[in-house]
Amino acid sequence: MKIAISITGEKPYVLDPRFGRCQSFWIYDTETEKEELLANPGLNAQGGAGIKSAQEMIDAKVDVIVTGHLGPNAFKILDKSGIELLESEPLETMQIVENYKANKCVKITTNGPAHHGM
Amino acid sequence: MNIAILSGKGGTGKTTVSVNLSLALKTDYVDVDVEAPDGYLFLNPTNVKRTPVEVLYPMVDDNLCINCGACAKACEFNALALVKDDLMLFQKLCHGCGTCEIVCPQNAIKMAIREMGIVEKGEAFSQNVYRGLLDISEPMAVPVIAKVLKDLPDSNHIVDCPPGTSCNVVKSLSFANGAILVTEPTAFGFHDLKMAVELVKQFKLPMGVVINKEDNNSKFIEEYLEEENIPLIGKIPYTMDIAKAYSKGKILYHEDKIKPIFDALADKVKEVFPWK
Repeated sequence: MKIAISITGEKPYVLDPRFGRCQSFWIYDTETEKEELLANPGLNAQGGAGIKSAQEMIDAKVDVIVTGHLGPNAFKILDKSGIELLESEPLETMQIVENYKANKCVKITTNGPAHHGM
Repeated sequence: MNIAILSGKGGTGKTTVSVNLSLALKTDYVDVDVEAPDGYLFLNPTNVKRTPVEVLYPMVDDNLCINCGACAKACEFNALALVKDDLMLFQKLCHGCGTCEIVCPQNAIKMAIREMGIVEKGEAFSQNVYRGLLDISEPMAVPVIAKVLKDLPDSNHIVDCPPGTSCNVVKSLSFANGAILVTEPTAFGFHDLKMAVELVKQFKLPMGVVINKEDNNSKFIEEYLEEENIPLIGKIPYTMDIAKAYSKGKILYHEDKIKPIFDALADKVKEVFPWK
């Protein structure tokens, strides 16, 4: 199970509530317990940042995304993708993984406002 | 000759100056503030003819598409995404460049046409009145602005521009031969005036400044203009007469008391710009 969390800057990695304009994605594999960092290609996009980031998540074959909120375009794509979409407070990433295992993360069922992360 | 009227800050009086200056100069009036083209509220043009503004977007033939994602990868504007076996198009992000059509190995993409605004041409007070109008919810104004300005005949036009110094203003300036910057004696108006001046400098266009809502408090702007060697075209005083006429949608140039202000501006415009 691969969990992707939108994060800000440097260690210790903390969740960034923005999806399309976050710095990177922190990806954790619950089976191998390995972690990796994926630069967010949407960060410097002129427009359609959420679309670009969503495509990256699909191509990286993640199973779960934890973020603050998703814009309308990113939500449209990810809702269709079958990836589990969860929201969380800006906590440290391992804490979020623990919360996920304990079923403490809330599902994202609707999109937030457009251009919220600009 | 196209004289662009811009300001940086919104609400300094671009439309007021444009409408009344076009009447004083007896030239055509062109509104390219396509998100809010308000000049027609004063000019009330008649005999209006409408032309649609069209842009391109990709149409995907599902029988030919193999979901390779080459188009989504190549799209500079992130208007395409490949989700499982489904290609999703975000039409309003598409700039109609046709890159997706070129990179598709299956020739599954053909560009189609859609409407996203209109250009209107009418008449008022024996002059032509043009305006571009962007459809509601369309995010990109540039195609409408370009359509209005590209099709103008070779005569004199006062071009009422959008506020700010964004792509929309840059596109408007690319068709201009000179620029009049309308400002007001406030810190905000002055700040944005300086941004607009820097933009016009990059186009190497002759420019002049009109100070609107002037109340004997615009010395700081005049000092700046002197330093920068930018001619002051004139001032429009902050008076109750003007505010009242404006609030009723009246044309200031048709008010006996106010008309001389715009006649004086027009004379100065002919001095500052190479007027034909």
